[in-house]
Amino acid sequence: MDYQFLWRPVFKALPELVDAAFLTMQVSIISMIIGLSIGLLLSFGRRSKYFIPRTLSTIWVELARNTPVLFQIFFFYWGLGEFGIFLSSYVAVVTALSFNTAGYMAETFRGGFNAISNTQLQASRSLGMSFLQTQRYIIIPQVLRVVYYPMTNQFIWVILMSSLGMLAGLRELTGETQYFNSRTFRTFEFFAATAVIYYIIAKLVMIAARLLGWKIFKGGKT
Amino acid sequence: MIELKNIHKSFGDLKVLKGIDLKVKNKEVLSVIGASGSGKSTMLYCINGLEPIQGGSISVDGVVVNDKATDLNKLRQKIGMVFQQWNSFPHLTALENVALAPRVVKGLSKNEAKEIAAKQLAHVGIGDKLDVYPSALSGGQQQRLAIARALAMEPKYMLFDEATSALDPELVGEVLDTMRMLASEGMTMIVVTHEMGFARDVSDRVAFFHEGRVEEIGPAKTVLSSPKSEYLQKFLAKVH
Repeated sequence: MDYQFLWRPVFKALPELVDAAFLTMQVSIISMIIGLSIGLLLSFGRRSKYFIPRTLSTIWVELARNTPVLFQIFFFYWGLGEFGIFLSSYVAVVTALSFNTAGYMAETFRGGFNAISNTQLQASRSLGMSFLQTQRYIIIPQVLRVVYYPMTNQFIWVILMSSLGMLAGLRELTGETQYFNSRTFRTFEFFAATAVIYYIIAKLVMIAARLLGWKIFKGGKT
Repeated sequence: MIELKNIHKSFGDLKVLKGIDLKVKNKEVLSVIGASGSGKSTMLYCINGLEPIQGGSISVDGVVVNDKATDLNKLRQKIGMVFQQWNSFPHLTALENVALAPRVVKGLSKNEAKEIAAKQLAHVGIGDKLDVYPSALSGGQQQRLAIARALAMEPKYMLFDEATSALDPELVGEVLDTMRMLASEGMTMIVVTHEMGFARDVSDRVAFFHEGRVEEIGPAKTVLSSPKSEYLQKFLAKVH
């Protein structure tokens, strides 16, 4: 063992790393919001009685869940270039992570919808509420309760997946770490520090989600 | 007036209703009895359009339920329904359960809706449970909550689908009492039930369903004490 730990470069780079961590969070939050919204639509699509939305949704979910995330990022970053569509690293990574999240959340939502009895729909419709009002006030609030914790896990998973953005040239937390690594060659120190930052982010998100869940879901049980 | 003319209803190949004719006048209480699978619950679901029919015609105050042009959401506002499994909304408090539809369907303000809800909950005897979630209520209280929820829309008609069948025996009484109160207030009701006492004492007429048809119908006391149909005699012998 003749490796000498040298942490000073890491401390010097800390402001940049923290900035990059904010970029990581930004990418993750945007991807999560888009992915959730599309995932909800896909879960409706998969249960549609019409062929086209059903098939398109199924293809999306199958591709998103059964191919590597890295391939999905590469597809949106390099692959689309072959068709003359050039996305920036940022847009490509957000698109890929949204694509992936939508696929996973569609299945989670499907499970959530299945968990809500059809009689809730009947009770709501019998009061004169429209289909959309029923979804908005009765079904989706209950589905959100069922999918809340799987959704939290997915969000943490998106934060960790976003590290692959480095390979599409995005200077998010991992990209920034790699940048400093190549300039200072303090490989272990930088990646260890970044691992700690990821860990802290994931833990904070988990704790915040617990507290929030506790606050919004007090009282009624499904 | 609710009028059913020659209703036919199938689930796939299974014919559930095979030509039902029925008229329910305003302020009348009609009890519907019969074995499980005789189609009595299905008929209720057809009346407010929750289940489509394949033949015949249903009209409520002259509005044809099975007409595609009919605004069912509007029609359902005057037809309250109470279900066997009460179906309270678990994520809302008792007050919110009742106030929701008046607010989003009728467009009342939050305060107006809450006022109506509190009034209806008091009316069914659970006025002290406003901020309680359904999971903390007994089955009987949840069923009364469901009745209050339907009443908050100020319906002209009430449909009861075996409202007491899923309740523990000691809780049946409180729900039947609430239904009796409604009947005495002049509510028009169609009550699918296995409670023969309620059918005899509260309803004006009783209809006996057998295999998707109205086998016998008439004044409650006559039908229940001197049944003509052989099937009804057998049915009554079993339930008594």
